[in-house]
Amino acid sequence: MKFIRFLSVGIFFGIVLVKSQAVSWYRIYEMFKFQSIHMYGIIGTAVILGIVFLFFLKKRRMKSVDGHEISLPDKERSIYRYLLGGTIFGAGWALAGACPGPMYVLLGTGTLSMLIVIFAALAGTLLYGMMKDYLPH
Amino acid sequence: MEIILKPWPWYVSGPLISLVMFSLVYFGKTFGMSSNLRTLCSIAGAGRYLPFFNFDWRQQRWNLTVVLGAVIGGFIAVTFLSDGSAIALNPHTVEDLETLGFMDAGKSLLPAEMFGPEALGTIKGWFLLLVAGLLVGFGTRYAGGCTSGHAITGLSNLQFPSLLAVIGFFAGGLLMIHLLFPIIF
Repeated sequence: MKFIRFLSVGIFFGIVLVKSQAVSWYRIYEMFKFQSIHMYGIIGTAVILGIVFLFFLKKRRMKSVDGHEISLPDKERSIYRYLLGGTIFGAGWALAGACPGPMYVLLGTGTLSMLIVIFAALAGTLLYGMMKDYLPH
Repeated sequence: MEIILKPWPWYVSGPLISLVMFSLVYFGKTFGMSSNLRTLCSIAGAGRYLPFFNFDWRQQRWNLTVVLGAVIGGFIAVTFLSDGSAIALNPHTVEDLETLGFMDAGKSLLPAEMFGPEALGTIKGWFLLLVAGLLVGFGTRYAGGCTSGHAITGLSNLQFPSLLAVIGFFAGGLLMIHLLFPIIF
């Protein structure tokens, strides 16, 4: 049951990302060139609706499907890790034209070379795990 | 049906992506795709050598299921739900890409010059894909999240750290495309 639940969300997510072209390398390039509202519109409307939804969810103390109180953890306070890590991520996002969700979706669309990117992203994650204690956070 | 087969406009897609976040929150989880990279490292046994990967990855099985779904969703979308329309890019974008050597901008989701078989026949092609993945994997874990965790969920939850991360995402992306692309391509 839970498997079906999360599988369906994933399938829906994959379909939306392809149909919205958010998985397109070209759309990411266009976004960073400020030449279209497309990606800003997608992220913008998702965030605005998200703010409204989470506001009411907290106000009404909505319960999750399992009856638990819903609470989203606060992100740890810091500056360096977000700016530095974010910049590194952003450079990769622009070059690959894909972030960690779209990578898998693109694999599903038949782009097998995405396996190389996913493999390298795993290596990058591993590298972070190795260097973690030596980086400013 | 025709409306579904055509590309979806941003004002439809954005709300649908927030629906993905709502569903995961309602199911008692959160929307964060990059965590799966850490989970996969843990499954591969990295936890034996590095404490960062030493956690009970079974708790993250739900998120791997979302990944599996995303792969299937990608397949369904291109196989059954697409009419093959080109991506309606800004003509300036197409011109700029031609200057860089990308000749078919918008005709498919991805440039063959980077992801096609001919790119995989060159050292440069492999190098670019490996570097791109490495930066994404390293950066996302360092920043503690990616587009879904920071830009969508974090900003929706009014997290200041997520705003910093998104500023970083843009700094990195602008640097790559405006300064490095003309050198690389």
